[in-house]
Amino acid sequence: MAAVATCGAGAGGTESMAAATSKSNVTSFQRRGPRARGTDSGGPRLVSIAGTRPSVRNGQLLVSTGLPALDQLLGGGLAVGTVLLVEEDKYSIYSPLLFKYFLAEGIINGHTLLVASAKEDPADILQELPAPLLDDSCKKEFDEDVCNKKPESDIKMKIAWRYQLSPKMEVGPVTSSRFGHYYDVSKRIPRELIETSKWHGFFLPEKMSSADKVECCSLTPGYMKLLHFIQNIIYEEGFDGSNPQKKQRNILRIGIQSLGLPLWGDDVCCSENCDSSHSLSKFLYILRGLLRTSLSACIITMPTHLIQNKAIIARVTNLSDTVVALESFVGSERETNPLYKDYHGLIHIRQIPRLNNLICDESDVKDLAFKLKRKLFTIEPVLST
Amino acid sequence: MKGMHLPDIRMLLQGASPRSSEMFPELNNLLNTTPDKAEQGKLTLLCDARTDGSFLVHHFLSFYLKANCKVCFVALLQSFSHYNIVAQKLGVSLAAARERGQLVFLEGLKSSVDVFFQAQEDPHPLQFLREASAGNLQPLYEFVREALTPADNGEAAWRCPVLLVDDLSVLLSLGMGAVAVLDFVHYCRATVCCELKGNMVALVHDSGDAEDEENNTLLIGLSHQSHLILRTEGLATGFCKDVHGQLRILWRRPSQSTARRDRSLTFQYKIQDKNVSFFARGMSPAIL
Repeated sequence: MAAVATCGAGAGGTESMAAATSKSNVTSFQRRGPRARGTDSGGPRLVSIAGTRPSVRNGQLLVSTGLPALDQLLGGGLAVGTVLLVEEDKYSIYSPLLFKYFLAEGIINGHTLLVASAKEDPADILQELPAPLLDDSCKKEFDEDVCNKKPESDIKMKIAWRYQLSPKMEVGPVTSSRFGHYYDVSKRIPRELIETSKWHGFFLPEKMSSADKVECCSLTPGYMKLLHFIQNIIYEEGFDGSNPQKKQRNILRIGIQSLGLPLWGDDVCCSENCDSSHSLSKFLYILRGLLRTSLSACIITMPTHLIQNKAIIARVTNLSDTVVALESFVGSERETNPLYKDYHGLIHIRQIPRLNNLICDESDVKDLAFKLKRKLFTIEPVLST
Repeated sequence: MKGMHLPDIRMLLQGASPRSSEMFPELNNLLNTTPDKAEQGKLTLLCDARTDGSFLVHHFLSFYLKANCKVCFVALLQSFSHYNIVAQKLGVSLAAARERGQLVFLEGLKSSVDVFFQAQEDPHPLQFLREASAGNLQPLYEFVREALTPADNGEAAWRCPVLLVDDLSVLLSLGMGAVAVLDFVHYCRATVCCELKGNMVALVHDSGDAEDEENNTLLIGLSHQSHLILRTEGLATGFCKDVHGQLRILWRRPSQSTARRDRSLTFQYKIQDKNVSFFARGMSPAIL
């Protein structure tokens, strides 16, 4: 686990988070004390990686999901070394958005991406990522929870004092030292950003065509290949710290699209009594083992509405860290319900992990709805009478 | 059971115990036990339904380490550092315990990666991950037995051996059948509880209405063998900030007939940063 030494009490931690950007444009969390600067010794005391911040609760290193509203609901972000499982909505309209936000956030922060899919070529997925919003025009629509930057304009906005200390962001492509960005789904991400980013694609049809002899095991071949692929990248690029040649100071963002579909060779979505009923859960377990021992974070979307065996869904949930389910109103009776007329669907936070802790940051609000409003995906509590 | 008395209700209503950071003193009161007089030869079943019962695992881990027992912890669900950081809040250092040989820790997540990607020379406790068809848990049992059998030099360094498993339901997810897991528990009980006069504590999830037959078989099978069952349940009314769930404690005598009713108590609880407070149903300090 990439656990960071616990932040000092309240004030100390907040001040140190407003650190100045260094020459390499890396946001660094600098703790006040004798060892104020990050060193390359790799000791667990300090980690300074772009696009991460320590959790205020337990010092756990967090990355943004690409959706600041969701970050808040998850207690600040997604912990490095964990899995975010997104249960897809029925027609897979909104879950791909969460998938893309996660990947886009990785590109903006300079993280390495690993995109795996059985139905879409990862290169195509990356071309369709939403463009980041780098200007202030739409920020004014939001309340004070938004962490924002001011461009050259001198409009003074009423924002919390600590954000005023944050470095100004350059209006331009690539680096931003902010945690969590907003994206415009109506625009595509600039091609230059993708070209300068580091990414690996796993497109199942391509990988399965090569006749590698894979050792027989109760995993379906597709899952086996994917695990080996991920493990290879983690080792070769030094994300697990075991390769002495590579000193990696970056995060690997893994995105696995629609895991469990028959395209993967798994029949968990086809029938109730499936032959390979343990394949999916075993895959998740080994994957989590890989994540826990490396600087990576993973999003998996899964069409759980297709899985008929409820026991498998329960097991998959227990083997994941954070679980979020999307329920869209399209085609359901809720579409005509006046209570939901402003929204596109409900979002359920099914599980939040208790990491290094007895308690977790459970939100008090349980009825949450989302809407895709012009450019932005917002999550709000449902106002019921 | 002789020598048992009901815990003092007044103490429960008063709230948090004066001692801090020492497992969960209130839970010790409810179970009428302290580290110096821990019983032996017992199987304790931890069960959670619609909620997270892992705080009980942390409790027993620190409890038995404080009781100076040799502990073998088969930790399948989380990493070592997770358990270590929580244990430190409860006043125990797992790293130090491991250093001095009191704790044998099997880190499932990390070991699974080792055994899955590389063929091992010696049989690995999680060997079944490499196998094509459902095998058995014998290598895991051998690992436990070797960890807890006292060394030949005859010195009784530790009080009694304890096997702690978090959790058994994961084994089902990894392809083991309920029968294989029950066999494993049976063998471990024979060695740890009967032969070595130690204790065993295991967590199993109750999947409720998820119709997980294998899990139900495991749960029912274990319930019949256990001396003590601690069952945590989420509240039927849903999420509540001040009451996180309900704990039912059931004392059993597995070897005897059920002529005398098993004793059970039910409490509600709230988990805090370093402690868990218990109160009688409907008596949460927040509403009194």
